[in-house]
Amino acid sequence: MSDRVFGIVCVLLAGFFIWQATLIETGFIVDPMGPKAFPIVIGITLAAAAIYPIVKPDPRPDWPAAGRLLEILFAVVVMIAYALALPRFGFVLSTAVASGLLSWRLGTRPAVAAAAGVAIAVGIYVIFHLILGLSLARGPWGF
Amino acid sequence: MDALSHLVDGFSVALTLQNLGLALVGCFIGTIIGALPGLGPTNGVAILIPLAFTLGLPATPALILLTSVYYGAMYGGRISSILLNIPGDEPALMTTLDGYPMARKGQAGEALALSGMASFVGSFFATWGLVFLAPLLVKLALLFGPAEYFALYTLAFATLGGIASRNQSKAAIAAALGLGIAMVGVDHQTGVPRFSFNNVYLYDGINFLVAIVGLFAISEVFLFLEHKGEGSGGKIELGRVTAPLAMLKRCWGAMARSTGLGFLAGVLPGAGASLGSFIAYTLEKRISDRDGTFGKGDPRGVAAPEAGNNAAAGGALVPMLALGVPGSGTTAVLLAMLLALNITPGPLLFQSNPDVVWGLIAALFIANFMLLLMNIPLVSLFVRVLLVPPRFLMPAVAMISFVGIYGVSGSTFDLLVMIVFGVLGYILRKLDVPLVPVILGVLLGNEMEKNLRRALTISDGDLSILWGSPLAIGLWTFAIVGFLAPVIVGRYFRPRVADEPLAEGADPD
Repeated sequence: MSDRVFGIVCVLLAGFFIWQATLIETGFIVDPMGPKAFPIVIGITLAAAAIYPIVKPDPRPDWPAAGRLLEILFAVVVMIAYALALPRFGFVLSTAVASGLLSWRLGTRPAVAAAAGVAIAVGIYVIFHLILGLSLARGPWGF
Repeated sequence: MDALSHLVDGFSVALTLQNLGLALVGCFIGTIIGALPGLGPTNGVAILIPLAFTLGLPATPALILLTSVYYGAMYGGRISSILLNIPGDEPALMTTLDGYPMARKGQAGEALALSGMASFVGSFFATWGLVFLAPLLVKLALLFGPAEYFALYTLAFATLGGIASRNQSKAAIAAALGLGIAMVGVDHQTGVPRFSFNNVYLYDGINFLVAIVGLFAISEVFLFLEHKGEGSGGKIELGRVTAPLAMLKRCWGAMARSTGLGFLAGVLPGAGASLGSFIAYTLEKRISDRDGTFGKGDPRGVAAPEAGNNAAAGGALVPMLALGVPGSGTTAVLLAMLLALNITPGPLLFQSNPDVVWGLIAALFIANFMLLLMNIPLVSLFVRVLLVPPRFLMPAVAMISFVGIYGVSGSTFDLLVMIVFGVLGYILRKLDVPLVPVILGVLLGNEMEKNLRRALTISDGDLSILWGSPLAIGLWTFAIVGFLAPVIVGRYFRPRVADEPLAEGADPD
């Protein structure tokens, strides 16, 4: 079933891709093939290859239980929040919070996870910024 | 003996203090990455690329650092295979079969020493193979025109699933997805934007480093979250880390055969180190398993896969450097590094930047000796790393991935794209869609289109130029055979690796 859904999504994606390809405006410099042809070939390949899993799907992959799926979703939310927080709150604070949260969800006790978060953030800051000179996100306090 | 004089020049490049230091650091990090379950050569190198890039290292040092990591990971994978029965990375899977039983018999030290030796033999001779085979391939590649290159790229995609492929349609889907992603951005030849939906960020196309780190590293974090708490380490007891001479003598034949086979498996497209170790083990078992000792702690069953996967790692560098067409996951990631540094691998690289190529090869020889030292006398150091619980390690890995990408572009948009790729990578791995064709598509898509359009400009739109030379016809034939062969042969020849749950979403490294 998963394979069927995947195949159908791919066919739809291919359709969208080909439709978008036909909308590409051609400029006045044109080579024999133009900018549209290759994307259309790719779209056709995608659609053709996606028919097989629809017709003959593999056995169902073992999807995680709902609880675990929520964990993954939570991690995605943490990462998105982290990406948005970086320019606003700077590297050290954002990283400490984000890695602490991830470590907590991986089964560390909250207090230890918080310490681990701070340790990871400071560790990366020291190694990559102070020693190796990489530019990290600067917050209002300069770190 | 042109190659040898080039190699001497290469050593003069590699023997600077900076390059030696980078090789040492690379070997060290690589062994750790290999030893840690969940981090393999592909995602390990993927995380380090943006870092090496933002540190502003020139091409040769950056390549030396990353290929040392690659070689190091091949060495390190065996440590947790032998001690914990958990392969540190995918190529080390076969090492668990005899390595863990040896450790249980109290021969952990012997197994580690022997496999370290085997790794050294495999990669040392494979690096020699690289020295002699790559220039030959370069000579052939100099005859390629745009049409031949287009056929070569098609060949790379067609064979990437490899003999181990379970489902060729999924490999094709993956390749098409990757190529489609590469199409985003301004068309290089006519200057019109494609698939950018009037979003300024998309005009430049999608940065392949963002795609790679997302697909490999971030998805690994999600996979780990899903399986958290499963599989725990046992107690580690290390004896004396030396291999008795008699044991080495018995394994000599196994090492030699496996090195040859592994190297071949590495050079052929679509077969990386995982397949190298699989073939080496299976063949060795067929040849020398007379008393049924394989699988119960036979030293030859440890030596064969380790020599095989290390030889394959060296072999896989041949097509990547000589043709610019990687045949495995890690070499695809190394190609990304080269492209990020504005270096196009292939025949021109050997002519215009011989110092890069030969400096790299010389550094590999040096790295090999360093790795031998690290992996036999100093191995207990790495054993200690295995004791760091993943629940601290995985968040650190995720954060370092973010640091690398943020360092490259400094844009939040790229970080969000990376997370999207992480989720995509997770779903694709669950669905058993290989990731390497996606990456290769993203990397090679524009080059592939450019060659196709160039060929058609030469012929003024006549498609027959694509199969207009014997070379091109040969490449097309190879591509078609390579795509169809796994469907037929695969039924009989598929590695058992592919059926094991451990290999979930695994790609040829």
